[in-house]
Amino acid sequence: MMIDQAPALIVIIPLFVSLLLTLSGPLGPRFAYGLLLAGMAGSLIFSLLALGQVVGDNQAIHYRMGDWRPPMGIELVIDHLSGVVLVLVSACALLTAIYSLRTAAEDNPDRLHHYYALFALLVTGLLGMTASGDVFNLYVLLEISALSSYGLLARGRGPAYYATFKYLIVGTIGACFYLLGIGYLYIMTGSLNMLDLAEIISRPELQESVSIKIGFSLMILGVWIKMALFPLHAWLPNAYSKAGTTTACLIAPLMTKVSVYIMLRIMFTVFSVDFIFDSIAWSQVVIYLASAAAVIGMITALAQRDLRMMLTYIVVAEIGYMTGGAWVANAAGYTGAVYHILADGLMTLCLFMAVGAVIYRTGQTSLAAMQGIFKRMPITAVVLVIGAASIIGIPPTCGFFSKFYLIQGAAQAGAWVFVAALLIASLVAAVMFFKMLEIAFFGDLKALEQESAGGHGHGSHDGHGAQPAVARHEAPLSMLIPMVITAASLIMLGLYTKEVVNYFIGWSIPAGF
Amino acid sequence: MDEIFHFIIGKYNYWASLVLLFIGLYGMIAKNNLMKKIIGMVIFQTAILLFFVSIGAKRDASVPIIKFGPDQQPLLEATAYANPLPHVLILTAIVVGVATLGVALAILQKIQRVHGTIEEDEILEDQRR
Repeated sequence: MMIDQAPALIVIIPLFVSLLLTLSGPLGPRFAYGLLLAGMAGSLIFSLLALGQVVGDNQAIHYRMGDWRPPMGIELVIDHLSGVVLVLVSACALLTAIYSLRTAAEDNPDRLHHYYALFALLVTGLLGMTASGDVFNLYVLLEISALSSYGLLARGRGPAYYATFKYLIVGTIGACFYLLGIGYLYIMTGSLNMLDLAEIISRPELQESVSIKIGFSLMILGVWIKMALFPLHAWLPNAYSKAGTTTACLIAPLMTKVSVYIMLRIMFTVFSVDFIFDSIAWSQVVIYLASAAAVIGMITALAQRDLRMMLTYIVVAEIGYMTGGAWVANAAGYTGAVYHILADGLMTLCLFMAVGAVIYRTGQTSLAAMQGIFKRMPITAVVLVIGAASIIGIPPTCGFFSKFYLIQGAAQAGAWVFVAALLIASLVAAVMFFKMLEIAFFGDLKALEQESAGGHGHGSHDGHGAQPAVARHEAPLSMLIPMVITAASLIMLGLYTKEVVNYFIGWSIPAGF
Repeated sequence: MDEIFHFIIGKYNYWASLVLLFIGLYGMIAKNNLMKKIIGMVIFQTAILLFFVSIGAKRDASVPIIKFGPDQQPLLEATAYANPLPHVLILTAIVVGVATLGVALAILQKIQRVHGTIEEDEILEDQRR
């Protein structure tokens, strides 16, 4: 039965699509695009089937790779948590793949199929990391996705190379720390399977082991570097903002979210609530870091003049939200963190897509590109407003509900710093987006017209002085469709919050909360 | 004194990889030349590889294929065999390291073409211009 193989197929389909894409050069860009879409759609279908099965049977799927019995063999585990993240990753990848029709072809005039091969390989890594039940397997997939992301990011223009190089160095440090952490755990337990590790670590003789604690610290530190938690975030804004539009749409929402997911896995599957919050007891420090990330990330975003730089700092701030939610140590905070992985994946995607469309049409990346956007690109502007509302946290978008859970969790834990940080970050986000929308609504259209006449931007109208202001020039359909779907999903996710929490997230709340 | 001596000599493999780890980290963070940063990265990775390899080593142990004693009985003691798993893990990690090195060198070549230099301060100056 195909459905029995779903966990493996989720990962293997994009892997084989990636291999085929490298060979598909002679068949032309249209074929490559079709193949990529088919691969991403295949992953999404099997993710949905697997999630359906998990929810239907109400138990996790344990898939043995090559039928080797764990803990010797490698296991793919799909439970309520990894199931929803798999659906998120494959859905975002499919939407970005649809979106890429124009932008990817423009950014990569030659060798589009190689670009798409890296795209599919990155998705393979992300899906594999999410589904894997083995810490070392996770490391390999982490590096697969990291290496393909270096390749993708370096396909941006000139300054992208240096930014990517820095990301490569920092990313390698992160992955190496994670690997060293595995070494410590392996010395103490002799196992690499997550569930087996959890069982061995919980034994009384290892309760106070310093090696286990160091192993945990190294692994978490590695993941924090990978997910750009403040103050380890310096590489992210540069690397992501210099990338091509499609690359940014793919990497910015997914890489950091999957890293947050890995942090949750390590904290609550490999280690336990007791270990993290009693033996390690870092919560206070981490909550301060998370609060600082949220506030400083948003304030820095407010200070940016470049649209994509602004969005990348929002990503840094959002990482703070999720980290804080995971470390306040209660069910509401955990629910908020997981829900925010879903919500933030979608809203970051929404904003990056909308801004990408604006940049595609105007050819500018500064805030001034927003001038008259409601006249020129009304649908894109609406998508942007929905994404912005979600970042700020206005109901009924999903951003409101994730913040609601996070604040509830923080208040229950008495982490008032984090509550304050969330509120301040929301206010700053509101100021930032109102500034953006003010330019969009009341921006100086005369100046824009002159600028167009001056020859800036390839979507310009060649300055018909007598024409009424600016003509309508909406983004192409291949961009509009995924944008509208993403924006609609932000609202749908918000409206069905209760169902999402009850059917999916509620089941994954770790024992001990 | 004896204890300290034992602490250092008895665990020399860990000390060696720790020293290499910090040399690599220093190279990656402090060096201005990007090529030297890459060299630092490789040392850093190698330190971890050596750490893993050394934990799999065992004195007077054989490859993990069942041996037969003089009386034709299979020798089933764990002490007789080395654990192959750390070495297998490291084979994978070596491949990852080589791939990372390849990507890093390719990007470095691009940097050299765009900026005309691989010194970090000169690149930053070039970007400001």
